[in-house]
Amino acid sequence: MTASRTLPWGTWLRVFARLFAVQGSYNYEVMIGNGIAFAAEPAFRLLPGGRDGAAYRAAMARHSRYFNAHPYLAALAIGALIRAELEGEDPARVERFRTACCGPLGAAGDRLVWAGWLPFCSTIALLAYGIGWSATGVVALFVGTFNVGHVALRAWGLRAGYREGLKVAAALGSPVLRQGPLHVARGVALVGGLALPLVLRRVGAVHPHPIVFEVVVAVALAAGLARWQGRVDGLRAGMALLLLFLLYSVVR
Amino acid sequence: MSDVGTLALLTMLGAVVGLDFVSFPQAMLSRPVVASTLAGALCGSAADGLLVGVLLECFALETMPFGASRYPEWGPASVAAGAVAALPHADLLAAALLTPFAVLAGLACAFLGGQTLVWLRRFNLAVAARYRDELVTGDSAAVIAVQWTGMVIDFGRAGAVTAAFVLVLIPARDYLGVRVPAGASSAGTALVGAIAVGVAGGAVWKVVHTTKGYRWWLLAGVVAGSIAAVLR
Repeated sequence: MTASRTLPWGTWLRVFARLFAVQGSYNYEVMIGNGIAFAAEPAFRLLPGGRDGAAYRAAMARHSRYFNAHPYLAALAIGALIRAELEGEDPARVERFRTACCGPLGAAGDRLVWAGWLPFCSTIALLAYGIGWSATGVVALFVGTFNVGHVALRAWGLRAGYREGLKVAAALGSPVLRQGPLHVARGVALVGGLALPLVLRRVGAVHPHPIVFEVVVAVALAAGLARWQGRVDGLRAGMALLLLFLLYSVVR
Repeated sequence: MSDVGTLALLTMLGAVVGLDFVSFPQAMLSRPVVASTLAGALCGSAADGLLVGVLLECFALETMPFGASRYPEWGPASVAAGAVAALPHADLLAAALLTPFAVLAGLACAFLGGQTLVWLRRFNLAVAARYRDELVTGDSAAVIAVQWTGMVIDFGRAGAVTAAFVLVLIPARDYLGVRVPAGASSAGTALVGAIAVGVAGGAVWKVVHTTKGYRWWLLAGVVAGSIAAVLR
């Protein structure tokens, strides 16, 4: 069967909605494999024979196996796999594609989203707090900003994947994925640098007193964590300092 | 914890943000700045929840949820921490150390919550193993059952974890509050802010230090932010 240029709108919407649950049964054996089959299932109903057909069952069996990628960019793979199945690609070729795209989709997504867009949106929220925004404003800004990028990335991935089919490697060369992390990282540096002094100022203002000591603590800690990156875990170091402070306050 | 209705609301919020973290829909409702603020609002003080949420967000910047790695779970922990900060407390002495206590409790709970995610993944594996024969034959009902079971269990897990955190932390806060000696540091919030900002500074550097020209962008931000902070 040759896939039509476009899927029915209802199918698009069902697949798109299920993309958000692609990690719903995440486990250490098939990772998000079951989620891939779950998300693509509405499109597989278009295979010859429909839900009772052999092609449908074969596709479901193939795609519920091991698969791992960044959850947002899994949309790219799902779009491509739907196209491949509807075009009746050789199952061995589909399997090779599944194996080959896990690593690149994982690495590109981690770099763009977890180490880029998410920290950027976090620092935007911190900046909003630092300049005095209300609770509603800070939360709305963070959730709104993050999800504009989040939803757009999933939608782009699904469309690009379906458009390119198994030649989706071209989509991985998209400016969004190649240049996006660089620009976002610069944004994190700028906005993070801007936000942190203002957060310290506002937090210090809750209990007004000179905050020179706090500035020294913050700068020394940040410099130390940067200097010994990889050897000192910031989260655990911060927890230890907090615990020491609480114990000191209680027992002195 | 005297108000069962509030506990129920916090449990429901924790379940929603816990589900959001990995299973559905990953809209980052589970981030501390969101979850703690919402918990604070449910408990009567969104501002207190926001303060703790912002401080926990600084710590959360340090962790990135890469793949199958183990990481703290921020959603239920932030809900509990926000509740600790925002629920009314009788003893004024407790207020001096309330924010540091809430933040430290949130951090500890985030690590505990992360362990329950490991258990959830093992449980999901057991469910998938139960349906293995059907999955091999491409039975769509099995695929859907495995997926929905994972999400429903995650929802219940996150709610239970949140309720447990709240039920332990609120009495602990009140117990410790009446035992804090007079004269306990009133600068607790500012100091925890300094520690959080320091950790966030290290985290920002970790994110950007491989980026070409990052020093100038970071320097421009720090200079502008410092000037703005001094002038405010």
